[in-house]
Amino acid sequence: MSDTPNTGTPYPIVPLEALAAASRPGVGASLRLLPAAARLAFRGREAAIGPAGAAFGLELPRTACRFAAAGTRAALWLGPDEWILLAPGESPAPLVETLEAALAGLPHALVDVSSRSVGIEVSGPRAAFVLNQGCPLDLALEAFPVGMCTRTVFAKAEIVLRRTATDIFLIDVWRSFAPYIWQLLEEARRGTG
Amino acid sequence: MLLIDCPYCGLRPEIEFRYGGEAHIARPADPSALSDQEWADFLYARTNPKGKHAERWRHIHGCGRYFNAVRDTVSDFFVTTYRTGESRPETEESAR
Repeated sequence: MSDTPNTGTPYPIVPLEALAAASRPGVGASLRLLPAAARLAFRGREAAIGPAGAAFGLELPRTACRFAAAGTRAALWLGPDEWILLAPGESPAPLVETLEAALAGLPHALVDVSSRSVGIEVSGPRAAFVLNQGCPLDLALEAFPVGMCTRTVFAKAEIVLRRTATDIFLIDVWRSFAPYIWQLLEEARRGTG
Repeated sequence: MLLIDCPYCGLRPEIEFRYGGEAHIARPADPSALSDQEWADFLYARTNPKGKHAERWRHIHGCGRYFNAVRDTVSDFFVTTYRTGESRPETEESAR
């Protein structure tokens, strides 16, 4: 019998920060935990889309599966009337206040989901290969160009995936799924040197 | 891998989708005027065809939207997909 307390699972529960600290850059692909960000889920009809974009500082993308970025901020198209607004390093409260002021009287939904998910960066020449170990999408540059974003799945977890450069993918995943995703990515990465 | 053509996102792997039952079933405008049998038919009776079937699908791990598809229940072939609110497109009658 070991000294470790019985947690009910055969695997130790490893916090994400410990996993990230132990991860070393690789030749093929590297993993990095992204700093905290303000995340707002925005849904609205035609009339609210323009003002929301103006208040956030960039035009919300209307093309399916594309994101717009300005400075550090980004707006990700998730559905025909649904976006996620990302502001790394910012506090969500003032952002919500600004947007709500601009959207007063217009039907919409604006929800602060900042703490719901964490960001993971997968970078390197084999980044697409590593992601494809769990993600069924075609990640070739022609099928998934720079500037594309989408909700999809990685193994058994839902993720939001976007490509910011040929060799850089960013994942947004629900916090409780993050260690699972991280460990799978780490395992897939090991095969790439 | 079976690819399904989401009307919003394009061709995507089947694993991102969930089935949503038969399409084009309108809720009766005045349910209280219906007999129990008519109400039961609305709730439970489905056509269950062998061949082309119009059905609802949801791109749950994608854009999150419901849409309709015509699928052949014999071959699992997706004949076409179209947005919710559009009427069922004309398709060739399938062999029974």
